[in-house]
Amino acid sequence: MARSIKKGPYVDTKLVDKILAMNESNQKKVIKTWARRSTITPEFVGHTLAVHNGNKFFPVFINENMVGHKLGEFSPTRTFRGHAGRDKRSSVR
Amino acid sequence: MARISGVDLPNDKRIEIALTYIYGIGNNLAKNIIAKAQINPDTRVKDLSNEDVGKIRTVLGDYKVEGALRTEVSMNIKRLMDISCYRGVRHRRGLPVRGQRTHTNARTRSGRRRVVGMKKKSK
Repeated sequence: MARSIKKGPYVDTKLVDKILAMNESNQKKVIKTWARRSTITPEFVGHTLAVHNGNKFFPVFINENMVGHKLGEFSPTRTFRGHAGRDKRSSVR
Repeated sequence: MARISGVDLPNDKRIEIALTYIYGIGNNLAKNIIAKAQINPDTRVKDLSNEDVGKIRTVLGDYKVEGALRTEVSMNIKRLMDISCYRGVRHRRGLPVRGQRTHTNARTRSGRRRVVGMKKKSK
């Protein structure tokens, strides 16, 4: 079920504070964050965030197309390396 | 033969049904369009007057159908793929996008079963 509109989008407050501070002082630093559930708001655009994927921090450069998505959508948590015994050549055919 | 937004409507069907042959118009929208154009839904396409066809065309102007709708959909998918979010990646790999299981089933997205044979080591 979608989140109630009344509440507005969920944004991690600590993260936003950091980004607003960076916007004010006009600096760009990579921020490490675990807030995968946080929505991307327009203030985020142009920053690079290192979003944790459970194992390491995955750098995500935010552009304006990403606004409205969650941070976690851009930091994949699973790595699929193909099935065992499957020959790459025969699978192309 | 009435031609509306680039689609030939079948002659012998009721207009209500015939409209659904246009991409982007389902049963519900077809009914709404006919109500707005004030046409009897039971008329067959071949019995439609030119006026009626014109009326339907003007009402249809408010909706995105056929080519315009198709491009919109594919643009949306392209956007997802370009920002390489999870949904975009699933589209790229041709796997289910909305969290369905892929252990079994998911055949519509992944296509026909590919046999993954274990290669026997020759001795």
